[in-house]
Amino acid sequence: MVNAPRTIRGRVAVAGVGETTYYKHGQAPEPEVTLALRAILRACDDAGLDPREVDGFASYSNDRNDPSRLAAALGLPALRFSNMQWGGGGGGGSAAVGNAAAAIAAGYADCVVVFRALAQGQFQRFGAAPSASTVSGEQALTFPYGLISPAQRFAMRVMRFMHDHGIGREAQRAIALASYHHAQSNPRALMYGRPLTPEAYDASRWIVEPFRLFDCCMENDGAAALVLVSAERARDLRQRPAYVLGVAQGSEYRNGARGHNAPSYASASFTTVAPQLYTMAGVRPKDINVVQSYENFTGGVLMSLIEHDFFAAEDANGFLTVDNLIAPGGRLPLNTSGGNLAECYMHGLELQIEGVRQLRGESPNQVPGASVALVISGPMVTPVSSMILGSGAAL
Amino acid sequence: MSAPTYYLPAGLPRPVAEADGLDAPYWEGTRRRELRVQRCRACRGWQWGPEWICHRCLAFDVEWTAVAPRGLIYSWERAWHPVHPALRGHDPYVVVLVELPQAGGVRMVGNLLGDPMRDVLIGAPVEAVFEAHDEATPPFTLVQWSRSV
Repeated sequence: MVNAPRTIRGRVAVAGVGETTYYKHGQAPEPEVTLALRAILRACDDAGLDPREVDGFASYSNDRNDPSRLAAALGLPALRFSNMQWGGGGGGGSAAVGNAAAAIAAGYADCVVVFRALAQGQFQRFGAAPSASTVSGEQALTFPYGLISPAQRFAMRVMRFMHDHGIGREAQRAIALASYHHAQSNPRALMYGRPLTPEAYDASRWIVEPFRLFDCCMENDGAAALVLVSAERARDLRQRPAYVLGVAQGSEYRNGARGHNAPSYASASFTTVAPQLYTMAGVRPKDINVVQSYENFTGGVLMSLIEHDFFAAEDANGFLTVDNLIAPGGRLPLNTSGGNLAECYMHGLELQIEGVRQLRGESPNQVPGASVALVISGPMVTPVSSMILGSGAAL
Repeated sequence: MSAPTYYLPAGLPRPVAEADGLDAPYWEGTRRRELRVQRCRACRGWQWGPEWICHRCLAFDVEWTAVAPRGLIYSWERAWHPVHPALRGHDPYVVVLVELPQAGGVRMVGNLLGDPMRDVLIGAPVEAVFEAHDEATPPFTLVQWSRSV
């Protein structure tokens, strides 16, 4: 007997998605946990599911709203799966979906919510230095030299990558302009009604070279949630299912070596993850209709796209143009909601939701007939993750 | 005696050795103007950042070795936005990642001394400059870098 291929492909689906209003950093009018609960209830409502059917939660980046509290608040009859993906930053966004899907496929739970809630005004902000007067371990090797924030942590990876491959700064600019372009037709987006011109990008201040202001994600408040069930159950619910075709997480050899000693330093961390993803999903890059790629910084996006094999690094300058990156007609429509740069920095989970919307035909920047969507989470951290969703037509 | 001058302003977080002592020999070495990295007694492989085990041969037998305080710029960045209150109003500054070919290619983070607006060339040779903060509590020494003459 031939072993069945070890893949999650087609067994689990995203049945519903939910978001709160997205707010500027520090402007959420409600506590963070309330935002989380609202997003979860909206996802259930979107799916046409009784929220009391939820029996599991998965999140990432040490979300503060733990499953036991959520289950108690929501009066869930039973909590059967509670999962936190290790690692900071947005690298766990797709992995959390994968963990939820694995739990359903394995029978640990039947209805798992993936969520992320952020009200940074109520807690520590990501982009500001912690207030400690002494540091140790990895931080002792970097903080005293003024290498503190995420932008500073990743700029040298991108600098080396662009140097190695002769990539110009117009490539980063095209990624930023595409996100802002898409946000102009998305009323949910914080940058809706605030278009970005090439001239404004070029005139913007440096944060840390090679990142200008518009190369960097926003920091926002809000919450987002997706509810996953088995493929069979999803077909009985209200929305067209977005099937999980594959999910992969991790990073290459010694990516986490301290003090910037990863052997593959100029990497977005997907060199081993992306091939595994494509194998599991049974999909090739040319089969993908639309991509949501986590923008902590635009340089991370260009590295992510190269490591997911859409074009060679040597072709980046030619490929990464605004025309190629925008819906509906671009060669690789990218971040079609506006993403972390221009819709909302919901730690990337808004990208998962936009992938689902594209497969339903409900995006504000719809790619006609999109049936396969790639979501890439958290370049340059470790572990990272990425996932491929497909409509019924992709199965 | 005038106050010592440092590349970055006072008030940034001060480094202290880890509670389990893993990197204490590194920080002790910098006080003696020595640049120490780890080397495995069993397989002679180099290792940085520090760990209790050798990643090549898995021996728990890693020693500390002083290496020549020079290297090549592997990457760099010029930081403008003040992410820490101590940096407000300060000029932009350059952070470099320096590769040590004489120590298996391990890399060190530091600042590149000198005019922060000068061009920085990947591959350029640099030499370590030990920046002693003797008045700090506890005292510590940072390893900075300057272009080789």
